[in-house]
Order: sequence, then C-alpha cells, then structure tokens
Amino acid sequence: MSRLGALLARETALAWGRGGGPMVSVGFYAGVATLLPLAIGPEPARLAAIAPGAAWVALALASLLSLDRLFERDYEDGALDHLALSPVPLELTCAAKCFGQWLATGAPLALAAPIAAIGLGAPLALAPLIFACALIGGLAFAFTGGIGAALTLGARRGGLLTAMIVLPLFVPPVIFGGGALASFLAGLPWTSGFALLAAYAAAFVALGPLFMAAACRNALS
Amino acid sequence: MITGLELRGVSVRRGGRKLFSDLSLSLAAGEACALTGANGAGKTSLLRAVAGLVPLEAGEILFGDTDPAEARHEGLHLVGHQDGLKPARTVREELTFWSLWSGGTAASVEDAAARLDLTTLLDLEVRRLSAGQRRRLALAKLIAAPRPLWLLDEPLSPLDAGWRTRFGAMMQSHLAGGGLILAAVHDPLPIAAKVLEIAG
Repeated sequence: MSRLGALLARETALAWGRGGGPMVSVGFYAGVATLLPLAIGPEPARLAAIAPGAAWVALALASLLSLDRLFERDYEDGALDHLALSPVPLELTCAAKCFGQWLATGAPLALAAPIAAIGLGAPLALAPLIFACALIGGLAFAFTGGIGAALTLGARRGGLLTAMIVLPLFVPPVIFGGGALASFLAGLPWTSGFALLAAYAAAFVALGPLFMAAACRNALS
Repeated sequence: MITGLELRGVSVRRGGRKLFSDLSLSLAAGEACALTGANGAGKTSLLRAVAGLVPLEAGEILFGDTDPAEARHEGLHLVGHQDGLKPARTVREELTFWSLWSGGTAASVEDAAARLDLTTLLDLEVRRLSAGQRRRLALAKLIAAPRPLWLLDEPLSPLDAGWRTRFGAMMQSHLAGGGLILAAVHDPLPIAAKVLEIAG
C-alpha cells in the first residue's frame, strides 16, 4: 500500500471513531430534523416548503461536530510531527485527512439527508438531487472546515473558534445548494446552483490544503 | 544517505526566550552524541530544529552532502515523548502505518515486532500497553523503516534495565551500519557517545 493510501485508510478509521464518528453526526442531524416540526408546527404544507432548506442547513451544522479534532489530536499527541517528516507533502497529508473526514461523516450524512427531507415532506423526486448536493456540499464543508481546524491548532476552546471561522465559509455552499433545491422544486433550471456548489467544493479541495499545511507548520514551529 | 550531521553556530528562540545560542557539533557516520542539560535548556527544541520543525534564529544545520529537505523527509527518525500513537488502534495497525509512512514494508514490520518483543502484543489496543511497552512500540519504527539519523528524546526513560541494555545493542548495531544518533538524555547512553551540554 502506498503512503497516501495507508494515510487515507488510517484517517477514515480515525474519523469513524472521532467524537462518536458518523453515528453522532447522523444522530445530531436526525435530532435537528425532528425538532423542526415541533418548533414551527406540524402542518404538512408548511413543512414541505422548508424541508429541503432545513435539511441542507442541518447538514452544515452536523458537519461541524467533529471538525475541531481533525488536526488537534494529532497535534497534541505528536503525530503531526511524524506526518510532517515524510516525502509526502504536508498539503497532500492535509487533503487526505479532510477526505477521510468526508468519507467517514460526510458520506453517511449525505445518505441521511434525503431521508430527513422526505420525512419533513419534500417530494420523493427531490431525493437524488438532495443526495448529490449533500455529497458535494459535504466535501466543501470538510475542506473549508479543515482550514478552520488547522488555524485553531493549540488554541483554547478551539472548537468554538473553529465554528466561528468556518461558518462564514459555509455560507456559499448553503446558498448554492439551497438554491439548486429550491429551483428544482419550482420547476426552474437548477443546474447553475449545483454547478456553483461543485465549483466551490473543487476550489476548496484544491486550495484548502495549502492554507491547512501553512497553519500546521506555523503551529508545529 | 546521510553521511554526517553538522551544526554551525545554531541559535534557537522559543516564545520570545532565547534557549541557546552559537551551538556547534559535528557527527560523522557511525557516531552518536548525547545532548545533556537541565530541564527546559532546549534539548528537545534542538532535536526538533534538526528535524526542521523549529526555525533557527541563527546558524545552519547540514546533513553531509544530502539536501536538507531530502534528509529531513527521508533520512531521519524523531522519537520523542509524544509518540503519535492512537490509544484506540492496535499495536499492529500503528506499527504498520508508521512503518509504511517512513518507508518500511509489511515484512519489516514483523521483524521489528519480533526484535522489540511486541509479537504477542500486536492485536492489543495501544491503550492497554504499559509505558515501557508503548516506548518499545514507538522505537520499533526505527527498525521497521531504517533511516540513517535517529533523533531520540529520552529514549531510555520508561524502559527497564533489561530493555535499556537491549536497546543499547540496537543503537550500537545502527552505528556499526553507518548510522548516526543524536539523543537528548538525562541518564548516560549505554553506548560510547560524544556529549554536548546545552547550558541555556
């Protein structure tokens, strides 16, 4: 197995166990989706109208749960030192960590997203688009979240700080994904919103690791 | 292949405090050096500076004819107090990963586990290990993925007398093969070594 393959397998396994792993994220997601009808009333028409957007926002919040430990645990126990002493560029190492995070929590959340939206009253025909948006949006959340997690290395109450840094970066994918879903429901062209979401995710997959590696090097020194 | 280690007028500052200045050292292949000094003198920081993890305020660090970046990425091991091992993973998973990460193979993992007497512990979670067993696991990657320069931070502290002797023999064997060792210690190394005292 190559170094990167070994790292990806390790990171996915660690993310699976980090802070309860995907079960906690999916449980949190299900909790938010359950609370909504209690807060705004059980009328099916009202719930159906907000279902896609509510499922999408809940997904962004659930993605935050385990982000703060993405680099922190490796920083505290010295693993980040050892990861840096390798021919594999630290940028690629950071990308593998985010990708592992996405596989362990983003993908299960993407599977849960259509179920939650349909449970809230969204039409069945929307399910494939919600899944696709959640999958790609989850990638954007993992890589933007990685920047916040790396920037707060060693900081007190880093989890809260990570959320403060990351939430503004979550705004574009929430707008693009929510826009695509709303357009689909209204029978309008939805591909532009989806394409913007994919472009945003691709940009942060490409550029995010540069910021993460710089922040990690700064923390290590 | 790193054939030497040379520190020329090295100074390091951490957190606004100068740890040491104008430190020089020359090590050839087959030589070891024990870094001594009081707690907080900067022994660990010097090891991390050699590894490229801490910036130098002044001076330079050379690795013989080898490019410093290549030497740091492929030519040295750093084993310190923070071993990077995950408590919930098994000994086999951690040893295999760190060996692969450092350029070792699956076969070398088995050999390293046997030499560090970890074979019967391979399927145990790291959290179940004693401090000495855990240190042996951290040291096993030195054997599983051979690299010429060993940077060791208090390598002997959690080991019992028997394992100190056995690890001394491993260090001796490494030096005989042309390796180099720079070790921060409070207790004397069980091998012949130069001594560099960091006064702070």
